[in-house]
Amino acid sequence: MNLVLDIAWTHVSARVRQTAFAVAGVATGVGFSIMMAALMEGSQQDFMRQLINALPHITVSDERRVPPPQPADAAYAAAEIHGLTPSTRRKGIKNPLAIMASLEPWLPGAIAPSVQTKGILRYASRDVPVNITGIDPQREPKVSQLAEQLRQGTLTSLYRTSNAMILGDRLAEKIGARVGSNLTVQTSAGAKLNAQVVGLSHTGIRSVDEATCYVLIKTGQIIEQQTGLVNEMRVRVRDPMQARAVGARIEEETGYKSVSWQEAHEDLLSSFVIRNIIMYTVVGAILLVASFGTYNIISTITHEKARDIAIMKSLGLAERTVRSIFVIEALIIGFAGGIVGFALGYVLCIGLGAIEIKSPFVDMTHLPLVYAPLHYGIALGVALASSLAAGYLPARKAARVHPVDIIRGAT
Amino acid sequence: MTASSPLIATRGVTRVLPGIVPTTLVHNIDLAIGENEFVAITGPSGSGKSSLLYLLGLLDLPTEGEVLIRGRATAHMSEEERAATRLSTLGFVFQFHFLLLEFTARENIMLPMRALGRLSALAMHERAGDLLGALGLGEHRDKRPDQLSGGQRQRVAVARALANDPPVILADEPTGSLDSKSSEQVFAILRELVDAHGKTVVAVTHDLGLAARMDRRVQLVDGGIVSDEAATPALTGG
Repeated sequence: MNLVLDIAWTHVSARVRQTAFAVAGVATGVGFSIMMAALMEGSQQDFMRQLINALPHITVSDERRVPPPQPADAAYAAAEIHGLTPSTRRKGIKNPLAIMASLEPWLPGAIAPSVQTKGILRYASRDVPVNITGIDPQREPKVSQLAEQLRQGTLTSLYRTSNAMILGDRLAEKIGARVGSNLTVQTSAGAKLNAQVVGLSHTGIRSVDEATCYVLIKTGQIIEQQTGLVNEMRVRVRDPMQARAVGARIEEETGYKSVSWQEAHEDLLSSFVIRNIIMYTVVGAILLVASFGTYNIISTITHEKARDIAIMKSLGLAERTVRSIFVIEALIIGFAGGIVGFALGYVLCIGLGAIEIKSPFVDMTHLPLVYAPLHYGIALGVALASSLAAGYLPARKAARVHPVDIIRGAT
Repeated sequence: MTASSPLIATRGVTRVLPGIVPTTLVHNIDLAIGENEFVAITGPSGSGKSSLLYLLGLLDLPTEGEVLIRGRATAHMSEEERAATRLSTLGFVFQFHFLLLEFTARENIMLPMRALGRLSALAMHERAGDLLGALGLGEHRDKRPDQLSGGQRQRVAVARALANDPPVILADEPTGSLDSKSSEQVFAILRELVDAHGKTVVAVTHDLGLAARMDRRVQLVDGGIVSDEAATPALTGG
């Protein structure tokens, strides 16, 4: 074994109890850091999964981010237009089928057309404002989790009867409707339609489940009183994290505003960044406290070993070598603490994961946890870094010991 | 090293400890020690014997003057260079054995060899065993210092000083903590190093009887050399 390692190992292994306490300190820090990271990221991922599953990854709407250029802009190099009243144009996305056909060859996912409208749902003398989404049951499973989120009925149930409708389960509960109930839908434009409930959906997001219903595209167009209308296209990409880039390309190619889920929930995502900063600060603080134990033991060892340091230096070991011995000792403690901490963190995660949650307000039955090697790596890295810092200061002091002072004192 | 240059030399070496009242440990020491010498540094307590030895061994730095090892000035050496010089050229034996308690006798002897890194692990094991055997400690090679007697520990310390085969052994009261029998054994070993192995031994001792049996005696009083018996005129430049 290398001389430095050998001496360092001899020092720490000769003080079993002290070393065990220091290792336990680091292990506790590492273990709880891993557990906390697993819980924080688990809850974050669970929330994002629900968010991503409940909503399309990219929504292409019949809006434009910038107004279309005016003829004067094209005709003159310098033109400034004020008080322009835009011409009335037909609602909806132009040539949706052609657009979908042009996007599908490169799109890393699927696209489906839909009609978004609003109306009042009337049942048993109760009026509830709702968001009505007209969908294509063939394409819909490719862009949303709706098929899996149905508690009753299937997407093809929408074909079963004319003006069939799937309700969010909380909405159905609110108005007292069930599968088979006949409802009336009315819009602000005066359209009125009788519909029958053929299914119930549950996304887990209260705002969606309380105010959303699904119909066939054709039914949506009837409610909007506009034949052939498609005012939204929904895209699901294989990697949800790519949604922003894909959305930007769709917008560039079609000119229609394409909003990725990240853009739509930017405020939430930025809150995750803050949450992560808080989490890693707390994790860092835990490990910093643990490193005090390491500092303590290395200081004790250097103090106890002052005579040995003097001897090693008198024999010809350089300051750097002596310093390395104690830094290695700190790293041994940090590493051992990290490994024990891995086991502790894993056990804590299993323990937390086994806790059952029974609450009417949340869908989950167990705490969401993520078992990510990165958490273990970061915890070990921080443990080693803090141990290094904790060991370096006493090691530097020890290495600067003047051997003559110690030798004189001993003789 | 030229034919006339000494192995270790000092030129006007003075060491003053700083403080409210500065303390002069040694002053204006001119000394030259050649190869294969057996030198005793004697003097009363507080005369600067050990201080001079530490200066010769590069463990301490002079306030004025310089120490030369094989004709090379050491004043401007870095800490690492001084450590490397100690490792390869000088061997130390102190009044107390100063062995590392967690290591066996053999491991203690291997320590300087491992730090120097010139030999293979096998060769280091063999050399440590040979040194212990030569000093009559062959059967104690795997014992820790606390399992050895005082005399045995000091012999292990001598073996450690010889580990890298340095030309110079510096000994600070090497028999000071031993009984007469063990003292005699250690002295005999030092004598053999000079006579049979051509080493230079510089030993600090307050035991005048022991000093009388050495080849050269440098006597210090109040930090200055007052006599240098049997000195070689060619080396001292006198």
